[in-house]
Amino acid sequence: MTGPLVDSRIVVDRGAFRLDIDLRIDPGEVVALLGPNGAGKTTALRALAGLVPLTDGHIRLRDRELDDARARRWVPAEHRPIGVVFQDYLLFPHLTALENVAFGPRSHGTGRKEAHTVAAAWLDRVGLGDHARRKPRQLSGGQAQRVALARALAVEPELLLLDEPLAALDARTRLDTRAELHRHLAAHPGATLLVTHDPLDALVLADRLVILEGGRVVQEGDAAEITAQPRTDYVARLVGLNLYRGRAVGGRVDIAGDLTLMTTDSVDGEAFVAFPPVAVAVHIERPTGSPRNTWPATIAAIQRHGDNLRLQLDGPIAAAADITPAAAAQLDLTLGRHVWAAVKATETRAYPADAAGWPAG
Amino acid sequence: MTTTDAAGARKPRFRRRVGRTPVVLVLPAILALAFLVLPLAGLLIRAPWATLPQRLTDPQVLTALRLSLETSTLATILCLVLGVPLAWLLARVEFPGRRLVRALVTVPLVLPPVVGGLALLLVFGRRGLLGEWLDQAFGLTFAFTTKGVVLAEAFVAMPFLVIAVEGALRGADTRFEEAAATLGAGRWTTFRRVTLPLVAPGIAAGAVLCWARALGEFGATITFAGNFPGRTQTMPLAVYLTLEQDLDGAIVLSLILLVVSVVILAGLRDRWITAP
Repeated sequence: MTGPLVDSRIVVDRGAFRLDIDLRIDPGEVVALLGPNGAGKTTALRALAGLVPLTDGHIRLRDRELDDARARRWVPAEHRPIGVVFQDYLLFPHLTALENVAFGPRSHGTGRKEAHTVAAAWLDRVGLGDHARRKPRQLSGGQAQRVALARALAVEPELLLLDEPLAALDARTRLDTRAELHRHLAAHPGATLLVTHDPLDALVLADRLVILEGGRVVQEGDAAEITAQPRTDYVARLVGLNLYRGRAVGGRVDIAGDLTLMTTDSVDGEAFVAFPPVAVAVHIERPTGSPRNTWPATIAAIQRHGDNLRLQLDGPIAAAADITPAAAAQLDLTLGRHVWAAVKATETRAYPADAAGWPAG
Repeated sequence: MTTTDAAGARKPRFRRRVGRTPVVLVLPAILALAFLVLPLAGLLIRAPWATLPQRLTDPQVLTALRLSLETSTLATILCLVLGVPLAWLLARVEFPGRRLVRALVTVPLVLPPVVGGLALLLVFGRRGLLGEWLDQAFGLTFAFTTKGVVLAEAFVAMPFLVIAVEGALRGADTRFEEAAATLGAGRWTTFRRVTLPLVAPGIAAGAVLCWARALGEFGATITFAGNFPGRTQTMPLAVYLTLEQDLDGAIVLSLILLVVSVVILAGLRDRWITAP
């Protein structure tokens, strides 16, 4: 087959909030829908699953129209070839792990015995064959997550939806479960949509990231593109970069606060400039010489950041700077202190803001 | 030493807090308890213990007891079959006039049972709105029959079940039903395999309340079904009728009802009634 497995335009109105996104997923592809809380990620997932109706738009899976707001066509959730792993798993508390996994096949008309055979095989695949007779309350968080995954996959869905699949787990379990989830998603022949607010989940598990803010897609691409060229403050923070927008003329970019940043990239017109916090040097006196961008700043916050200290700098532009504890000791850093920030032109990256297809702003 | 001192200093503070419990509240509370318990104690004190074994095996007593247990159980089953779907409708389906329907369901709770019995007579009696048709078409007669007893008890007890089950359904997490739908289960399968098991404790609690109410039903039963030993004379009716000639007999019958109620409540309370 050619073209995407999932082809959708999802528009859902919820009070004053409007979700309006185009979403396409290829067969075998894992797409992460990444965004802050309230961006509409879960609403998009629920619309695909058939749990909330579309206000406008359509959802097409393979050649089947599941939803068409204008034509008033709507396939109910139970008739969609879509599996869902919910955020808190929603394992049926009165059924054993085996019965939970067998629930899907049985609802699709498979006999009890055969459904149990299928379910047992799935539990084996997620490494829980010996937990088949446990009730959900007797399972740990990581085990419950794997049962939920087995339950969703047992109906062999064409589209698998995962809603914050790792959010309910503690850090240690999350690490193991993430690795295992990656293995299962790679083996899943259908398409997968992963909803998350954790950039690490998205970067590790997904082939492509779709970033959602305020109900709209603000950026889309693979991990390398997104981390190299963020287009909103949210994405920049996710990937740990300072990001500014301005007007560029041959590598000089005029940004807010009458500041001009020199870059080594030659760009013209509306452009973004990005640089990592470790590229920012902090000085007591105004540094001279070398092709540096300098500006006066005040220290607004000091936090630990791994082995370094992260300074939040106010001034003509807000920026984050990472400095070593040794450098910090020499600088005598206090909140509100006036300093000079400097970034080498070679450490900045500039790229056009109005790349085709991206909304301005 | 310092730790023991600290602990020792903390103790009297607790005691003082207990000692401060206001008399204004404690006194009426004790009176209320006495008011509830004393009459039951009276039953026990005045019971004719000497002749008890003989009275218990009195065929008339056993007949009334069996009729009571049978009719209240049948009434509970009727309430379950009709009341659970009604509770589901009220809890899960938005329809115009839902608030009105919910209010109507609770009417038998506040209606004097005698009035309920009279109303049943007007509808299901031999000349009643439906009764006449039921009688002619199916040969079904309710008034002054055992079926009538079941009907009267169900009428009075149904609200208890509907309210309990609706509460349980509203409290249940509907996202489990969504999860079932994404696994391919239709509404009926979801109701049967997910919703019902999840609210089972609520249904059990409602059924127990419903059964207890049916067991004690008097006013609607005597009005609608009359007082025929072996057919419509349930225990409460027997107590009332026996009281006119034989106080000891009435006490024995009351004791039986008391024991049955307490045993059922004690047996199920911890497991179900407090569970949801």
